[in-house]
Amino acid sequence: MKKNDQIIERLEHLNPSKILTWTLLFIGSIVMVTPIIFMVSTSFKTGQEVYTLSLFPKSPTFENYIFILKESKFLIWLLNSLWVASFSTASVLFFDSLVGYTLAKFKFRGREIVFVAILSTLMIPTEMLIIPWYMMSREFGWIDTYWGIAFPGLMTGFGTFLMRQFFLTLPDELIEAARIDGWSEFAIWWKIAMPLVIPALSALAIFHFLGNWTAFLWPLIIVNDPDMYTIPVGLASFNGEFQMDWEIVMTASCLATIPTLFVFIFLQKYIIKGIMLAGLKG
Amino acid sequence: MANVQFENLFKNYGEVKAVEDFNLKIADGEFIVLVGPSGCGKSTTLRMIAGLEDITAGNIYIDDSLINKVHPKDRDIAMVFQNYALYPHLSVKDNISFGLRAQKLPKMEVENRVLEASETLGLQGLLSRRPGELSGGQKQRVAMGRAIVRNPKVFLFDEPLSNLDAKLRHKMRAEMKKLHKQVGTTTIYVTHDQIEAMTLADRIVIMKDGVIEQVGTPNEVYKKPNNIFVASFIGTPAMNFFEGKVKSCSKSLTTITLKDQKDIKLSSNIYEKDQDIIFGIRPEDISVNLDKKSKMKDSIELDAEISVIEPMGHETVVICDSNYGELTGKVESSHTLKENMKVKLIIKEEKIYQFDKISEKNLLL
Ligand SMILES: Nc1ncnc2c1ncn2[C@@H]1O[C@H](COP(=O)(O)OP(=O)(O)O)[C@@H](O)[C@H]1O
Ligand SMILES: [Mg+2]
Repeated sequence: MKKNDQIIERLEHLNPSKILTWTLLFIGSIVMVTPIIFMVSTSFKTGQEVYTLSLFPKSPTFENYIFILKESKFLIWLLNSLWVASFSTASVLFFDSLVGYTLAKFKFRGREIVFVAILSTLMIPTEMLIIPWYMMSREFGWIDTYWGIAFPGLMTGFGTFLMRQFFLTLPDELIEAARIDGWSEFAIWWKIAMPLVIPALSALAIFHFLGNWTAFLWPLIIVNDPDMYTIPVGLASFNGEFQMDWEIVMTASCLATIPTLFVFIFLQKYIIKGIMLAGLKG
Repeated sequence: MANVQFENLFKNYGEVKAVEDFNLKIADGEFIVLVGPSGCGKSTTLRMIAGLEDITAGNIYIDDSLINKVHPKDRDIAMVFQNYALYPHLSVKDNISFGLRAQKLPKMEVENRVLEASETLGLQGLLSRRPGELSGGQKQRVAMGRAIVRNPKVFLFDEPLSNLDAKLRHKMRAEMKKLHKQVGTTTIYVTHDQIEAMTLADRIVIMKDGVIEQVGTPNEVYKKPNNIFVASFIGTPAMNFFEGKVKSCSKSLTTITLKDQKDIKLSSNIYEKDQDIIFGIRPEDISVNLDKKSKMKDSIELDAEISVIEPMGHETVVICDSNYGELTGKVESSHTLKENMKVKLIIKEEKIYQFDKISEKNLLL
């Protein structure tokens, strides 16, 4: 009896709009997840089985993983990617928030112009910049270097804009209190302002790291030496060398996803948690 | 500890004149309260002392040295903000010690001073908490702790109690006074609440529209207000005002016609004929009488009708309608007064304040 009541009660909560939402979400998640499932399953398939659309490999094998880790330069590329993405993310977190803080909390002549100039860089597509970047890199000898891969992403207009918006919400009194407490402007930024925008920093870090991790066009152009490839460039190179060994490409993709998962899992809790600005107001 | 001095201080925000020609000398150890209605430039003045706002013109001295261009951190002042401005991500202990750590003091000394300050303010049990886990009153104490631990030359307080409820505000007011006695640091305290000003201050600075209206001890500004503004601002309930015109004056007797053509006679001779006068009388100086006959010497009598009675415990506020406007009296509660009663308001001549209607200046000073 009691169980029936509960079921009825639950059914009453099911209004049409909820059913519609769930259905859409369900379809959406299938569309998103299916390719990933096939990526994982293909990585355990043998070469002959690749073109059968079975979800589970008939004879699962670790051959592909062993090949990737032993025979290819995958580990080198992984390190290249890790190094470039980490360095670039650290740089973006530092410089974008420094500039964003300055734009949000200091009054100086030309502030609006600088801000608009930074915003307008968001409207220029990468494709347009690649030729000037390349010429610059050739001039300075940056081809086939980490610096060459990373330099276009060491500061971003988007990150500056994002951090500025977050710093705007910080009460001025916190900064003034720290100023009276005797700290330098740089120390105030580092000790007071930065800890209070950790959620924004985490979001920016995830966003930038993932963007960098999957960047393809610029690394492809700036790097010729296979030892300097990043993962996306390396994955693409499998196509040529081994004439579409999809099981190998999928295996490498699986491995390449793991670090991004870690980054996300590690940082997302800071986004959700946030620090309440509870020191203000009675 | 230090004295503070302002010389012809001005502050403009574009067209807005926030502070105009501010002159004041504050003695070492004095408790000064800047009071005035919202927007009169109190915070701006305080922020200029702190170095958080540029000075448009004029000079500020702390300990006889000019500090106009000195960075806030080198002024050796401490400030408590209205919203406390505690660092939300730091514990109470770190909030209090934040300023000391900037001075690179030895760890032991920082520790000792934080302990000392937290004992003074009763914060011992809260040191590891974050500001988000504190009540309003506790946050207020932490903000105070952050100020006193630095042992600065001057304390600056910007409406530090205005976010507290009435009871707590009363309590903290008393503690503030005790604290000042204890540490004796020169204090500049901003509030819009005249009761806070009266109870805390050695001297009160009353401001209006960026200009100082009067500087004086609580007693002085209460008893000898410079002008109508000060008279109406200080005291609760506020002073009553009514108008009159000088009809005739001789050496020792002046006849003044009130609004309803009633003549009253005063024994002072400070007027000119046809001068417009504004009389002021404090509610506590009005006596509300029921019987018709009592004609007291050297006092005036006004007819009125009680419109509202507000019992306040041992006292009762009586608001009356009269031909001269609304008049408020404060009487002992034993009175058997009721609303709509016709009464006589008896006012002793010596208790009457007299202001010129045009200049609004106190004629008795
Ligand atoms: N940053 C500012 N920009 C422009 N006007 C300001 C600024 N700060 C204060 N004012 C103006 O200056 C005047 C005095 O303000 P304030 O000192 O904050 O008053 P109070 O603290 O007495 O309430 C007000 O008219 C206010 O609008
Ligand atoms: Mg203010």
